[in-house]
Amino acid sequence: MNKTPNNKAWFMVLPVLALVAFSAVIPLMTVVNYSMQDTFGNNVFFWAGTEWFQEILHSNRFWAAMGRNLAFSAIILCIEVSLGIFIALNMPRKGWGVPVCLVLMALPLLIPFNVVGTIWQVFGRIDIGLLGRTLAELGIAYNYVNNPVHAWITIILMDVWHWTSLVVLLCYAGLVSIPDAYYQAAKIDGASRWAVFRYIQLPKMHRVLLIAILLRFMDSFMIYTEPFVLTGGGPGNTTTFMSIDLVKLAIGEFNLGEAAAMSIVYFLIILLMSWVFYTVMTNYGTEKR
Amino acid sequence: MAAGKNSATAAADGITMQRTDAAAAAAGKTEAELGQTMLRRGTQSRFWWLVPTIYILFLMLPIYWLINMSFKTNTEILSTFSLWPQNPTLRNYGVIFTDPSWYSGYINSIIYVVMNTVISVSVALPAAYAFSRYRFLGDKHLFFWLLTNRMAPPAVFALPFFQLYSAFGLIDTHIAVALAHCLFNVPLAVWILEGFMSGVPKEIDETAYIDGYSFPRFFVKIFMPLIASGVGVAAFFCFMFSWVELLLARTLTTTAAKPIAATMTRTVSASGLDWGVLAAAGVLTIIPGALVIWFVRNYIAKGFALGRV
Repeated sequence: MNKTPNNKAWFMVLPVLALVAFSAVIPLMTVVNYSMQDTFGNNVFFWAGTEWFQEILHSNRFWAAMGRNLAFSAIILCIEVSLGIFIALNMPRKGWGVPVCLVLMALPLLIPFNVVGTIWQVFGRIDIGLLGRTLAELGIAYNYVNNPVHAWITIILMDVWHWTSLVVLLCYAGLVSIPDAYYQAAKIDGASRWAVFRYIQLPKMHRVLLIAILLRFMDSFMIYTEPFVLTGGGPGNTTTFMSIDLVKLAIGEFNLGEAAAMSIVYFLIILLMSWVFYTVMTNYGTEKR
Repeated sequence: MAAGKNSATAAADGITMQRTDAAAAAAGKTEAELGQTMLRRGTQSRFWWLVPTIYILFLMLPIYWLINMSFKTNTEILSTFSLWPQNPTLRNYGVIFTDPSWYSGYINSIIYVVMNTVISVSVALPAAYAFSRYRFLGDKHLFFWLLTNRMAPPAVFALPFFQLYSAFGLIDTHIAVALAHCLFNVPLAVWILEGFMSGVPKEIDETAYIDGYSFPRFFVKIFMPLIASGVGVAAFFCFMFSWVELLLARTLTTTAAKPIAATMTRTVSASGLDWGVLAAAGVLTIIPGALVIWFVRNYIAKGFALGRV
């Protein structure tokens, strides 16, 4: 759509600006402040420069948490994207099945994050949970509370359960926009199932898939509540992701400087990612039109 | 070749088969080839429903277990293992509806969620209109900057929010949580509404101005009805993301405005877990989402993609 140049439109954006400034800019400036200062209590602060940043970037704890975050994002992206495409391809296109599938599949997306954690906590427990009990009956020594591998499997399973539907819904939205004529043409050409997927369905899903991948990346990178409720970061520190570590540092240990420096590094990573997200998304859109 | 799509419903299958006839005839296929084609189609499409069914079963199993637990007594939960309640009881729900520390959690959550939804959508409406209709200084940067707030990890903001709202004396009030959730809901609402507004042709605006409508009158009388579904979807997503968020809501409240989600975590950490009540509380938090999801089912993908599909 061609837009009219009009700088007065700024006035319409002002309320949003004021609100977001209050809820984002001011808090962020507090964080920047803390990251450059040190205190011995009593609200007396002095300049610390980049000390906190150096400390953070040399601390094993920070890199370990970040490594766990990256591993987690990589694993769930692989599973959720391939599974999501596969399910979307097998969804019904017409009839009563469509709304039923959409509503049932979207249900996990609307459950409060901590309830997702609670659901999996009771589902996985060996004494009262369906999953834990069934595995125990089968003779598998499953226990997510004290076995790190099991804790990871449970968290990944929980995330797949929670968010695969997002990929399914987005891919499905891309798939239904493909006109029937494309499939007929493919049929006349004698295209194989794979060729139809590779040259008709995948290109049409490209855009939505991109959104899905990037949204999933962001949200999995800042995951907090679900693993916090399920495992509390344990056993040990094996499921302590960056968010959990950050909250522990800031509110548990009240180590303001380090927490602030970590927040900034964390936020910069996300900012970089959202920039990539935005550029790729907008460029892809214009190139296709 | 018939492998084109194996995922049509039975009804759709009938239609595609007629088309296959036409296509085959056009391509000059023999009767035998056509027969083979239809055979292959049949074997492939007979099991299309298996994948979504298994997936939905996987999704429903943990929820079912929660519901199952919510109707059991604690002794039954801990002592016997059964797929359905042996002695169904409503005691757990009774506890929630009679104990103020439980039901006030729901009331608090609903108050701040509704406040947040109203604030987010009403602020986002003019901004989204500006972004979809006008080009102005720094519009693209501003749009991107809004997005970065959606991507900001709440953990980064937990502590500064606490200090900011303490300074204003807003801790433990509903408005504090409502404002804090604006951090990610306002950008979301702007993006979704912009997506819907860009679908309305600009000629409508111009015609209305020629007809002598003033801007506010045009916006309320003509434009709002046209994007009603967009407003609904934006409101739904604001409601939802505010409802599911816990970290900020828990940080900013202590007792008077404590959300139900925080009440639940408190119970988990206490000694002597009341599993039945916990399960019942969980079930009750799922209900609001489950109730409204039907109305937005066709737009849910668009909402999750920030209005970009």
